[in-house]
Amino acid sequence: MTAQSKTSPLLSVRDLSICFDTRHGPLRAVDGITFDLAPGEILGMVGESGAGKSLTGTAITGLLERPGRIDRGEIRFEGQRIDNLPAEAMRRLRGRKIGAIFQDPLTSLNPLMTVGQQLIQTIRTHMNLSREAARRRAIEFLGEVGIPAPDARIDQYPHQFSGGMRQRVVIALALCAEPSLVIADEPTTALDVSIQAQILDLLKRMCREHGAAVILVTHDMGVIAETADRVAVMYSGRVVEIGPVEKVVRAPHHPYTKGLMQSIPRIGSNAERLTQIDGAMPRLTALPTGCAFHPRCPKAFDACRSTKPVAVPVEGGAVACHLYQGEPV
Amino acid sequence: MVAFVIRRLLQSVLVMLAVALIAFTMFRFIGDPVNSMLPENATAEDRQTLRENLGLDQPVTVQFTRFVSGVAKGEFGISYRNKRPVAEMIAERLPATLELVLAAAVFALLLGVPIGIYTALHPKGVLSNILNIGSLIGISVPTFVTGILLILIFSVWLNWLPSFGRGETVQIGWWSTGFLTVSGLKSLILPAIMLGLFQVTLIMRLVRAEMMEVLRSDFVRFAKARGLTNRAVNFGHALGNTLMPVITIVGLQLGSMIAFAIITETVFQWPGMGLLFIQAVSFADIPVMSAYLVLVALVFVAINMIVDLLYFAIDPRLSVRA
Amino acid sequence: MALEVFPQSRIAAILKSDIFYRFRTSYVTVAAAIVTLCIVMAALLAPWIAPHDPFDVSTLSLWDSELPPVWVEGGDPRFLLGTDNQGRDVLSAILYGSRISLAVGFVSVALAMVIGIVVGLVSGYFGGMVDAFFMRIADVMLSFPTILVALLVSGIARGALPREMHDSAALIVLVFAITVTTWVQYARTVRSSTMVERGREYVFAAQLVGRRPLAILFRHILPNVMGPVLVIATINLAMAILIEATLSFLGVGMPPTNPSLGTLIRVGNEYLFSGIWWVVIFPSLTLVALVLAVNLLGDWLRDALNPKLR
Repeated sequence: MTAQSKTSPLLSVRDLSICFDTRHGPLRAVDGITFDLAPGEILGMVGESGAGKSLTGTAITGLLERPGRIDRGEIRFEGQRIDNLPAEAMRRLRGRKIGAIFQDPLTSLNPLMTVGQQLIQTIRTHMNLSREAARRRAIEFLGEVGIPAPDARIDQYPHQFSGGMRQRVVIALALCAEPSLVIADEPTTALDVSIQAQILDLLKRMCREHGAAVILVTHDMGVIAETADRVAVMYSGRVVEIGPVEKVVRAPHHPYTKGLMQSIPRIGSNAERLTQIDGAMPRLTALPTGCAFHPRCPKAFDACRSTKPVAVPVEGGAVACHLYQGEPV
Repeated sequence: MVAFVIRRLLQSVLVMLAVALIAFTMFRFIGDPVNSMLPENATAEDRQTLRENLGLDQPVTVQFTRFVSGVAKGEFGISYRNKRPVAEMIAERLPATLELVLAAAVFALLLGVPIGIYTALHPKGVLSNILNIGSLIGISVPTFVTGILLILIFSVWLNWLPSFGRGETVQIGWWSTGFLTVSGLKSLILPAIMLGLFQVTLIMRLVRAEMMEVLRSDFVRFAKARGLTNRAVNFGHALGNTLMPVITIVGLQLGSMIAFAIITETVFQWPGMGLLFIQAVSFADIPVMSAYLVLVALVFVAINMIVDLLYFAIDPRLSVRA
Repeated sequence: MALEVFPQSRIAAILKSDIFYRFRTSYVTVAAAIVTLCIVMAALLAPWIAPHDPFDVSTLSLWDSELPPVWVEGGDPRFLLGTDNQGRDVLSAILYGSRISLAVGFVSVALAMVIGIVVGLVSGYFGGMVDAFFMRIADVMLSFPTILVALLVSGIARGALPREMHDSAALIVLVFAITVTTWVQYARTVRSSTMVERGREYVFAAQLVGRRPLAILFRHILPNVMGPVLVIATINLAMAILIEATLSFLGVGMPPTNPSLGTLIRVGNEYLFSGIWWVVIFPSLTLVALVLAVNLLGDWLRDALNPKLR
């Protein structure tokens, strides 16, 4: 966290907890996560499904739906608290300041409206532009995201675009009102492998050119390694490790992160087989006491079973593990 | 597009042929048409003449061909009970039924769609709960009970509205309309409500279910994430996608409303086709029954086709693919 | 109402837990169950609990005709819900009427269920021509409103019977019409479930062991497709009662000499304008309560048996 503390953060999440009220009582899906995001920075959030990474993104956009709710902590954006904003104020922020990109480009667009109508509507919601000016801006954006002949294709319907092209349209939609933060939730998971890299490059370039920071939510460590500046590793609703990408990838601290890194095939590595982490992430209804990872952890000891580890700083980042408690590395 | 229309047309013709076969079978094999049409004291000679006139002495296939070509020309034979041409009787009654169904459908749409949208947007609201319970009761109350209650309240107790007949009608060519007179319109209110009320509950539940489904969809979430106003999200994006399946069902419901009109017409002594049909059923007047069957089937098939074609007009995905 | 296909083997487990949890926690469902039970019991025990025998002409007296319910001025404590124009006790008529309505309902549901299950199993398991034949029939029938099909069938049945038999055979004609109209839904559902089950390992295993198709169908597949069938049966009980009432109301069902609830409403309707509302209102209320209660039970059963909705 030290590297970013010089500039004032764009987004600052403190002790954020999200729980779901169910018939059997509240279930905590995100448990006290804390991180900062500098302007223009790309933060990767990685973890298994159910680790709480998408929920965190949803909470930042203010789109958490009942029975889910934020029950502790705060989210600050440009210094202002946004987790308790009235719905209307939060709506003005969405799209204008905080954009979002979802997983499936095939279902993210309204099938009954042309892409132009959807772009113009979004632009005019947030910017005081005439219909013609908004249309020019929409065409410009379609060109920027690499849609050929944008002035012709603007009047076409989503189904007339391919999957990759649609995700380009989605990126244009998310950025057309110049937000300073984009939350991209698995933006390439639903796409063909051959297109994934193109879309990631496009996302990176667009955000750099328009000065937007990105929270890139994914389960794919490879995507993070290529795209992000920093990475937050989530497990069972907690951030277990956070730090600069190259550090976390090369020298992970947390046993879970280590396991994660060893499960990625690497060219030139002489390991004969990929290791895998035994077992599965616990269900929210049956969280173990202490560190949620301890049943799968090869290095677990007594403290792990009784108390939850707190995050301690390690070279440029932080790790939440009893192995590092009280002894800065 | 053209290929689709042709395929659809062929399918419709097949269904109509099947229905015609049922109607023909009813006419030919249930009871003896000759006995039903002649007075008790008819001579054997009379019988033979009629038998030949009806073509009953010819092979069944020839009879069926004659039946179908007759039906195609609008000839349905002579009613056993009234001894009048069935086509004539139905033509007299048709306007009353169609006007009733039209009024009821408009009523149902005007009430059902807004209520459905409201309950979908405010699923936990008090008013929504009341409306939902109301719709559940509405679906369980037989339409004839609704009609009786309406008559009891608005005709017997309050004496506001007439409880039977069409009131005064105006003749426009062969069509008699009740839309143009005050008493005609007043007479229409209660029957239209009775026939429409069940459809209101149906449309409302359908709109609610579809809309809630669409509100959970990715493109609505993405529209919200772009900060569009609730109005733009709910009415611009969600509603359009909700109405697609609603159009289908409401279109198809039009057909069943013609069938349900049988009950409404009985309760209100409304002089439409339904009343004619129910009298035919209780007197086993087969020619009238088979004519009604063919006609209703025709309406169903036609509506089915129109609904399918409407899809092309509305959904951009289909117009391109075809 | 489309019913989802789901693995039936879970039913036993669900019966033990969630289904009764949902039952206990839903006041509406409990109330519906009580109402249904009360009406069914009252109908069964009608000959013993009815204060009068509405069909015994000797006990009728015109002095007692058109009496309002007890709580209205002029009411007679002997006739709780008043009397009709012939001096018949409305309450007793309702009790006997519910008997007929329920009898028609239960019998036609049972018959339709048996026919539908057999057709569905055979169609789903063997496929081919048999399947195509039955499913085309189903398509045509389902594309018309139930009430219209029921009216047609009863019209045809009446046409085939001599006039003087119409009244005495009314009950059979009704059951026949409702059965013919409703078996399709069971067949459809059982067929689609069967087609899923047919591909399962346990069926394959039974085939390998050399069990005959009939044995496999009834001993192995049938128990696994019964869940949705029960749901349809409950909802169809309400529908059968409704169809019967509608046909009787329209004058093509039970005759006034042996009235069901629908016939009572039809007869009462004719006296609506003379102001004796109780003759039509109380049978109507009974019918509405019965249909609503059974529908609610069906809804509960569907939600409880369908894991997808949870």
